[in-house]
Amino acid sequence: MTESPNAFEMYGIVKRFPGVLANDHVDFSCYVGEVHALLGENGAGKSTLMNVLAGLYRPEAGEITINGRRVSLHSPQDAIANGIGMVHQHFMLVPSHSVAENMVLGLKHPRFILNLRQVEEQVKALGEQYSLSVNPRAKIWELCVGEQQRVEVLKMLFRGARVLILDEPTAVLTPQEVEVLFNTLRDMTRRGHTIVFISHKLDEVVAIADRVTVMRRGKVTAAGMSAKGVTKAQLAQLMVGREITFEVEKNLAEPGEVVLSVMKLSAENDRGLPALREIDVQVRAGEILGIAGVAGNGQRELAEVLTGLRSASGGKMVFGDIELNDHTHWIDVGRRLAHIPEDRAAVGSVANLSVAENLILKNYQRPPIASGWSINNAAVRKNAVRLVDEYQIATPTVETPVRMLSGGNLQRVILAREISGHPKLMVAVHPTRGLDVGATEAVHKLLVKQRNEGAAILLISEDLDELLCLSDRLAVIYEGRLVSEIPIENADIRAIGLMMAGTKVDA
Amino acid sequence: MKWLKTSYRLNIETRLDNPGWAGVLSSIMGVILALIVGGFVLRAAGATDPVGTYREIFKEGFGTPKDWQAGIHALFTNTDCPKGSLCFGPLSDTLVKASPILLTTLACIIAFRMKLWNIGADGQMFFGAWAATGIALFVLPKTTDRPVMLGAMALAGILAGFLYGAIPGVLKAVLNINEIITTLMLNYIAYKWLEYFVVVGPWSLGDFESTGNFARAATWPRLTELAERYPITAGLTIHPGIFLGIAAALLLAWIIYRSRWGYEIRVIGNNPRAARYAGMNLKRNIILVMAFSGGLAGLAGMNEVAALRTLSGRFQRGYGFTGVIVAWLARLNPLAAIFVAILFGGLLVGTKLIQPQGIASMLQGVILFIVIGTELLFRYRIQLEKVIPAPAQEPGEPHDSQ
Repeated sequence: MTESPNAFEMYGIVKRFPGVLANDHVDFSCYVGEVHALLGENGAGKSTLMNVLAGLYRPEAGEITINGRRVSLHSPQDAIANGIGMVHQHFMLVPSHSVAENMVLGLKHPRFILNLRQVEEQVKALGEQYSLSVNPRAKIWELCVGEQQRVEVLKMLFRGARVLILDEPTAVLTPQEVEVLFNTLRDMTRRGHTIVFISHKLDEVVAIADRVTVMRRGKVTAAGMSAKGVTKAQLAQLMVGREITFEVEKNLAEPGEVVLSVMKLSAENDRGLPALREIDVQVRAGEILGIAGVAGNGQRELAEVLTGLRSASGGKMVFGDIELNDHTHWIDVGRRLAHIPEDRAAVGSVANLSVAENLILKNYQRPPIASGWSINNAAVRKNAVRLVDEYQIATPTVETPVRMLSGGNLQRVILAREISGHPKLMVAVHPTRGLDVGATEAVHKLLVKQRNEGAAILLISEDLDELLCLSDRLAVIYEGRLVSEIPIENADIRAIGLMMAGTKVDA
Repeated sequence: MKWLKTSYRLNIETRLDNPGWAGVLSSIMGVILALIVGGFVLRAAGATDPVGTYREIFKEGFGTPKDWQAGIHALFTNTDCPKGSLCFGPLSDTLVKASPILLTTLACIIAFRMKLWNIGADGQMFFGAWAATGIALFVLPKTTDRPVMLGAMALAGILAGFLYGAIPGVLKAVLNINEIITTLMLNYIAYKWLEYFVVVGPWSLGDFESTGNFARAATWPRLTELAERYPITAGLTIHPGIFLGIAAALLLAWIIYRSRWGYEIRVIGNNPRAARYAGMNLKRNIILVMAFSGGLAGLAGMNEVAALRTLSGRFQRGYGFTGVIVAWLARLNPLAAIFVAILFGGLLVGTKLIQPQGIASMLQGVILFIVIGTELLFRYRIQLEKVIPAPAQEPGEPHDSQ
């Protein structure tokens, strides 16, 4: 597809955010019918560029042409009218509405009378055509993340998108679901759709893309190069501007005493259904226990029960010499039991408070931060300055609200806070989700360093590469049970994948 | 008809930068805009010269620089205020009026900081007034020393408000019942409670619908009591209430910005999930903050009865709601609240003589409405822009350049 016409072209796009030049005269274009990967670290400006194309942001300068015509996109409606639809990282769906109702949400037609049955038929037909089948009457909350993503894609097709922008679509999927998505994307390009695939996962880019455009710090470092024959190392260098090692240096674990001992632990999920069924697990000092599994199999509940955010419905947890239960004083325990939560922004930090104030979330009750009933601001500042320096948190000042930080820097703030308490146990949930190569590397190094210094680490992740690279032992969770536990030397990625899907395998 | 083809639309974007001065500017702009809008309403109500009316309101509320100058001169020469008028009279009245407003404002601020919408400061204030009156009339003898009596009344007022505020706090914390509804409803219970005691019930002096005057020990000392020695103070009704309010504001500022509890309040108010993650006790804090808020409002009630020297069926309603307005205008900053409360006190005193009487409430309403409106301008960037026709148009049609 060398000489296909361009589906769209963007010239000299400039988009400025306070203090950041997110897009610095960026040119970008796509052929009709290709999968074009837009690769870059977090904060490189790739999502910004695509939000401009999708009509969400208005650029300060630059122009956009679609099928050779100059357009001005003021809103997502304008974009979709021009055949451009975007599937965002965070889905834009109404959970209490059905699939079909979400399809027509925000549309101008029909104006008064909604023939939902007709919409349902259309959705069904469209789903079959693109092998994206979902029940059009299902409520969004009943669907798993992978299905919700299908609904988002369908929504864009329903509205007539010819160009589909996918913002990190694989972040929430299992390896098997990723395969299904890729097949769908290939099928769509055969039908003449154009796909822009935003990602920072190099494997996927190499696997799916026809061409790659790489961005770094708001600028394009490689424009529309062919994805054939490109190596991961080359792409990584273009992305980060330096060489990246994909392996974390790690010596053999020297497990010490048992730090966390969990016996027959059960818990329920938000809907009151059993989420954990009699889990037994032990974590020792100086080792990383990885927990693999498809999202929704009890990982979240396990992490929440262990850190006091959810009550257990049965069983026992012993941390060091204290039993953890509803009567535990979690502010005291929290210092020695660190928690890297799944959701950095909604759980792990307070967006409107400053970096310095976020860094004392776990130790504001003890000296030197606390002095009597008051908080010692000099100590808060000193603590912040030290941690910002030690963990290389990129922030204008320690007084900057953390909502201004990038995802990678926010994660550094959380890690700095949690690690600086010298925890005996760390529960890390998806610690690198959504982070770019550079930030991931840094997080991995910090976790291994903690292990080497004698912390027990429970690592919950969906990223098998990450688990295989960091864990000393690996357990698979499926429907609230730990299916099997294997030493990492014997781990076979295929077998693990099958266990994640519920198949019994003799390891 | 070419112009019909050019359409405009509002483009709204979230501002990521929100400097501290933006909030201050928004409040000031809100007040100025409200005065402009209020001016038109004044005109419609028959005032020929709205600016002159405003000047009159200011004069009634704060006095004139000339009066102040004369007053300062009289103070140093220890003589009477010249011209027969009270040099500091308006200012004194305003500060008297501002003290209950300041206290109810602080009550709102601490609750709002935690996103607890306590609109029941009025009821909590009524209970504070009731309890303080009980102490003054029936618990302590009339011969009690003034400081002891006033201290006991203040404690009783705070405690009554504290408990009355704790009710919606407990309901919210334990049963997750919306505190807006409960606090609003509890206001009416408080109004009727007081009415029962004072108008028809055991505390009423029959036809007077009042408890009758308190003993001297149970009333605020007033500056005018010094008139024998300092003639300039004659007629000045100012009492320690405003200083009580200022002290409470300083305490609240320390709590919010400097204390461990205040840190918890700010974390919970901004992100309750992060607060739980850090191990903070949300339920206890909901109850405590609501109770503390009620305690401040209760103190306002004590302050009012100590100033009025009696509790009557005409005990003024609405300070709790004025507190909501002032709290927003002050952007939930206890120190800014001092100034805004005094400004509002002046507005209330200055508009007392204006007919129709509703003008003051109308101005209050307009100010709140516009302040909340202008906040939008600071949170979002709003641009009017021309819509370039979409490609659906016929090819070759020229773009409108104007």
